[in-house]
Amino acid sequence: MKNITAERFTDGKPNLRRFHQACWDEPIIFELGQPGQRGILVPEVDEGIKSEVRDPFTGIPDSLLRKNRPQLPEMSQPAVLRHYVHISQETLGVDCNIDVGQGTCTMKYSPKINDQLARMPELTELHPLQDETTVQGILEIFWRFEQILKDISGLDRFTMQPGAGSAAIYTNASIIRAYHTSRGEIDKRDEIITTIFSHPSDAACAKVAGFKVITLYPNEDGYPDIEALKAAISDRTAGLLITNPEDTGIYNPKIAEFTRIIHYAGGLCSYDQANANGILGITRAREAGFDLCHFNLHKTFSTPHGCGGPAVGATGVTKELIPFLPVPLVDFDGEKYYLNYDIPNSIGKIRPFYGVAPAVLKAYAWVMALGAEGLREAAEIAVLNNNYLLKKILSIRGASAPYAEGKRRIEQVRYSWEKLYEETGVHSDELGIRAADFGVHYWTSHHPYVVSEPCTLEPTESYSKEELDEYAAIIENVANEAYADPELVKNAPYNSTVHTIDHHPLDDPEQWCITWRAYKRKAQKIPV
Amino acid sequence: MIVNPIAGLGGRVGLKGSDGLEIQQRAIELGAIPRASDRASEALKYLIRMRFDLDILTCPGSMGEIAVTQAGFRPHLVDAYQAKPTTAADTRRAANEMLQKDLALLMFTGGDGTARDIYSICGTEIPVIGIPAGVKIQSAVYAIHPRAAGELAATYLQSKAETILAEVVDLDEEAYRQGRISPRLYGYLKIPYIKRYIQGVKVSSTTVSSACLKGIAEDISERMEPGTIYIFGPGSTTQAIATHLGMDKNLLGVDAYADGKCIASDANESVLLAILASNQPVKIILTPIGGQGCILGRGNQQISPNVIRKVGKGDILVVCTKEKLDAFKGRPLWVDTGDDEVDKTLCGYLPIITGYKEYVMYKVAS
Repeated sequence: MKNITAERFTDGKPNLRRFHQACWDEPIIFELGQPGQRGILVPEVDEGIKSEVRDPFTGIPDSLLRKNRPQLPEMSQPAVLRHYVHISQETLGVDCNIDVGQGTCTMKYSPKINDQLARMPELTELHPLQDETTVQGILEIFWRFEQILKDISGLDRFTMQPGAGSAAIYTNASIIRAYHTSRGEIDKRDEIITTIFSHPSDAACAKVAGFKVITLYPNEDGYPDIEALKAAISDRTAGLLITNPEDTGIYNPKIAEFTRIIHYAGGLCSYDQANANGILGITRAREAGFDLCHFNLHKTFSTPHGCGGPAVGATGVTKELIPFLPVPLVDFDGEKYYLNYDIPNSIGKIRPFYGVAPAVLKAYAWVMALGAEGLREAAEIAVLNNNYLLKKILSIRGASAPYAEGKRRIEQVRYSWEKLYEETGVHSDELGIRAADFGVHYWTSHHPYVVSEPCTLEPTESYSKEELDEYAAIIENVANEAYADPELVKNAPYNSTVHTIDHHPLDDPEQWCITWRAYKRKAQKIPV
Repeated sequence: MIVNPIAGLGGRVGLKGSDGLEIQQRAIELGAIPRASDRASEALKYLIRMRFDLDILTCPGSMGEIAVTQAGFRPHLVDAYQAKPTTAADTRRAANEMLQKDLALLMFTGGDGTARDIYSICGTEIPVIGIPAGVKIQSAVYAIHPRAAGELAATYLQSKAETILAEVVDLDEEAYRQGRISPRLYGYLKIPYIKRYIQGVKVSSTTVSSACLKGIAEDISERMEPGTIYIFGPGSTTQAIATHLGMDKNLLGVDAYADGKCIASDANESVLLAILASNQPVKIILTPIGGQGCILGRGNQQISPNVIRKVGKGDILVVCTKEKLDAFKGRPLWVDTGDDEVDKTLCGYLPIITGYKEYVMYKVAS
């Protein structure tokens, strides 16, 4: 390998980088604790407060009081710091790689200045239970950001309460349920229609909200036939939950016809805008006929991904559905901002309070820095980047982009390495893992794999042409290795903390361990 | 390891199969090179790291010895007569010999014809893995690639894979050469199952599939009404669902149940018509043949056009796991009942039950 520090390019092509992850054999934090160690010595409570409060446990019902002390690890501050720094060094994080491989996640750059804003004491010292007269500033930002989302979508009101994309989809499914309940039709209308390349949360959240789910499959153009939709609707149709463009990066040009057909059947249409990054300022939910929509601020609006939170799935509705939104909404009476709990048919709360304030602040700052024209330009660059990368990837031996052959995509592409697999025996996930030896990675696809040997790339607007060239050069190199020496690729990674992960337990409820308690019970067989 | 050395001979020279001496002769004249042995060897190479723990039993010469030796193993040989050139009878004889030897796993290299031969001797007695070398592979018992067969074998031999029943399907080669597709379901072989090795779709274990089957069974169970007769078509999916519902269904036959009791086992057309004459409400539960997509007209001809006409399209329930459906890669499911009118009424989009309260609107063609 060439020494990239001396020479970055050979014949105009970027040289590949060597990358090696740290390896600390880092235990789980629960295993690190030592009885008696502590991180903070909490000062004694003032006598005055003590005599005023007396026994703080008085008044708490017995059923709510813990019987045992929490089994938390006891550690010093530097030990905790060291632990988390070690873990951060053992990952291939968003800030240290060309992160175009996490397709559908829209891993754009989260400007650090917005992190600084969110770290200002004016925000960090606030509490959501404070009287609203004392938090007018952040309420104003919620309100102002809502006006922006109304413009972007064309819908009439937004709530920032849902804590992530799935929470937003669940909110929308719950609003659809509440709407049909208010019309006395919920016993009959129990079917939600979605598509296989919409985000799987559309099907999952509809199920959680109590609906049956009918899934449509694509035709060769990459989106479902109108005939399939017509066969799916009936007087049982409650609504449509759909992504557009879908996870293939293909935009369904018949979307307005889809929403018309669902409305004809008496259903509502909910737009999962997780893939909105390529259409900001270009198409809107309202013109496509949607009644509800949501945006992931951690995707399209640049706020950091929180691994399940804290994030915001901003959820919007048309005027007719405002009475069903979760409470409270942030309102403005011309003089002051206030929390409005007076929503007659509200579905209640999806999550406490009214939204993750730092995420809303960062998204607001991002939009205000770009302006309306900047938003559209961001979308256009994201599309341009994606189609540039598409051309580069398709020139690599063994790669293809199923459906809508020869056509351009919006902001992402679900590629297939089926041909490469048939010719070399190397799987797509093995290629992605080998790429990690050069400091990048990619994600395959949701399950089940409708596109075989899948690979989903989404370059966003954040990466330059040179960075995309470097990423494509790594993928090309790995694909060439698969043809020349399949075992080399199959035995990768060589430079990572963990070699391979046994996925079996992740598929088996009897084995998977989501918490330390579950790990002790299932893996270590210790009764908890 | 049993290798059918002539498998795949017709493929590269465009003969759509290798059944029959005359075809094999023509294939060789056209320049075909036997490659089954190489493919067997490619699979076995993956097991070389386990060579001290494995005893490999195989047939002399081109039926396995060459491939096993080439992969780096010292094979034990079975003593079975071999014709020259080898025939289907040799495969069956070898399988019969092997069956007596208490095998952990039988690997065979060939095409659909070879799978049929193995099935005719072994049934579901021992686990098998097919290494694909045939011209047309319709059967679900084959790994997608020789290397995948090797990986699957290694995983299974380390007790890391469960077994399932997979379809043995073959086309009528004569009809195929004349442009007609006429597949037939012959039966089921027991195969170790890790989806990524069998159908090019990566799912790490059988848990996902078995959870889907359970969901489908729950869905069917919730729909069941007293006094309604349920006719279950053949297949491992329908059998698994029936088993989950507490019914003892046979794999290849058509059974009828009412109020939780079996009222007809392995029913033929006249039995089904007699059941329909009772004028009780009837529903038919079918599943497409894996990898094939046929819902009616292959392996379930008992459910004849007359039966279908009486029951009506609305009372036919099609069940299929999403993984099995995705393996059709968007190709429509199809029917070929022998009656064009009936076929036509069954065409169009049909809701397929893929889980508990989960359906896929999927195209059916004739």
